[in-house]
Amino acid sequence: MSLDIEQVKHIARLARIELAPGEAEDALAKLNGIFELVEQMQAVVTTGVEPMSHPQELYQRLRDDAVTEANQRDHFQQVAPATESGLYLVPKVIE
Amino acid sequence: MLNASLQALAAALADKQVSSVELTQAALDRIAARNADINAFVHVDPEGALAAARAADARIAAGEAGPLTGIPIAHKDVFCTEGLPTTCASRMLANFVSPYDAHVVARLKQAGSVLVGKTNMDEFAMGSSNENSHFGAARNPWDSTRVPGGSSGGSAAAVAAGMVPVATGTDTGGSVRQPASFCGVTGIKPTYGVVSRYGMIAYASSLDQGGVLARSAADCAPVLSAMAGFDPRDSTSLDRPAEDFGRDLDKPLAGLRIGLPREYFGEGMADDVRGAVEAALDAYRTLGATTVEVSLPNSKLAIPAYYVIAPAEASSNLSRFDGVRYGYRAPEYGDLNDMYAKSRAQGFGAEVKRRILVGTYVLSHGYYDAYYLQAQKLRRLIADDFRQAFGQCDVIAGPTAPSTAYEIGTKCNDPVQMYLGDIYTVAVNLAGLPALSHPAGFGTGSLPVGLQLVGDYFSEARLLNAAHQFQQATDWHARRPPEA
Repeated sequence: MSLDIEQVKHIARLARIELAPGEAEDALAKLNGIFELVEQMQAVVTTGVEPMSHPQELYQRLRDDAVTEANQRDHFQQVAPATESGLYLVPKVIE
Repeated sequence: MLNASLQALAAALADKQVSSVELTQAALDRIAARNADINAFVHVDPEGALAAARAADARIAAGEAGPLTGIPIAHKDVFCTEGLPTTCASRMLANFVSPYDAHVVARLKQAGSVLVGKTNMDEFAMGSSNENSHFGAARNPWDSTRVPGGSSGGSAAAVAAGMVPVATGTDTGGSVRQPASFCGVTGIKPTYGVVSRYGMIAYASSLDQGGVLARSAADCAPVLSAMAGFDPRDSTSLDRPAEDFGRDLDKPLAGLRIGLPREYFGEGMADDVRGAVEAALDAYRTLGATTVEVSLPNSKLAIPAYYVIAPAEASSNLSRFDGVRYGYRAPEYGDLNDMYAKSRAQGFGAEVKRRILVGTYVLSHGYYDAYYLQAQKLRRLIADDFRQAFGQCDVIAGPTAPSTAYEIGTKCNDPVQMYLGDIYTVAVNLAGLPALSHPAGFGTGSLPVGLQLVGDYFSEARLLNAAHQFQQATDWHARRPPEA
């Protein structure tokens, strides 16, 4: 399998990463190298093998539906690029 | 003094031969003298460190000291540290000051260790050479034209250069063990779930695990014991009783069965690495261990499976960096989507972007089964290989990396070549097993070679025992780089 330049641009759009002129071409070559490596996986027959997502086969723990955290909004918003009156500022979404 | 073992340092502190303030100042002086060459630290906190040292001295005077009280330590900059920069060596977080402590950081503070600063790394822990850092490559103290390994390269270099006796790291595909190997220090990654990932900035959540780098197995043990433990804030943290990982250090090795995977001793390993590893295995045999050939037949699938699973999880984890709540925001943008795309384009480095793109692709519609699901099935096969092997042996040994430290700039433009260097380490993360790397000797050009020991789940104490016995019989771990 190998990607083409339009696919790379599409993936970058999905990933919300702007590609500078020429960057897509460089990414294409390197991604195709990586996919060539990854393709070795496809030769293995894995019928009936249960996918493994966690080594200890844990179940998700449940906790009581209760408030455990104090409100630290002002503290946490100190690292935000732009806030006003406790809100995060972003460009206008709805006209 | 800083070159003494943690046990000797704790004894000297208890006997008032030295104070934590003096030790901390010595570490700060050493960093000031060497960091321009090594670039191991991305942030040093002299004021905070000396305040913590004074508090530690008070604790020692009050007779309330533990084994780590007053010991200078460095944290990989992937761990959130309240009030200190936490950058992941990325432009994305270059101005981020964490509002809270990672579980590991809080634990080690409670133990009385003195945080002197944050260490350099590959951006978001993605890399094997520490060249992918927004703050420039860290350098190997044994030869500053060479890489220290990665991604915990700054931590390994800091310990090797004698700046701190111990540092934390994280290991997603070898990021504690490989830099330990390249820098001639000892590094352990525990069983997945033993160390909480809370406040450890996520790369690939099902593989990421905190670990320790120090000058010996005996020095790793108390630090790992302090870091480990159940934390309900990490959904994959294991609820197990507290352990003293150093409890078996002094056990003799007679009867220890060491498995040698034939796949790890085939072609691909440099001759000088092979020579040092074989000699180290002879030393283990002299200590009473026996060796047996084992097989890990799916080893060659570990790199392909890893380079699907890790980027997939990374693409999901790093979607949080959108320039809204924290992190870098592009100075100029149009609408909201443009703000995301420009902030992420400018905030992330090339390798991080590559892995996000790979991950986005393999998780995208129509490809999930062929890539992520297939990789998770291979992951099962790889874990089963280890389970079979541990039927025949107690620990598995082999090289940590196929070569010694290479020159800066030689692999950073070829991701596939870089990835192939992880051949002996990634399978351990896929299986979730504990493993360590300890100095095994030197290769061409007097560069350190590491031996990797892999254990069955929860066998950290046994791995540290084996490495400690080796280090009682050899002095590779005690060798220092020329200027350390």
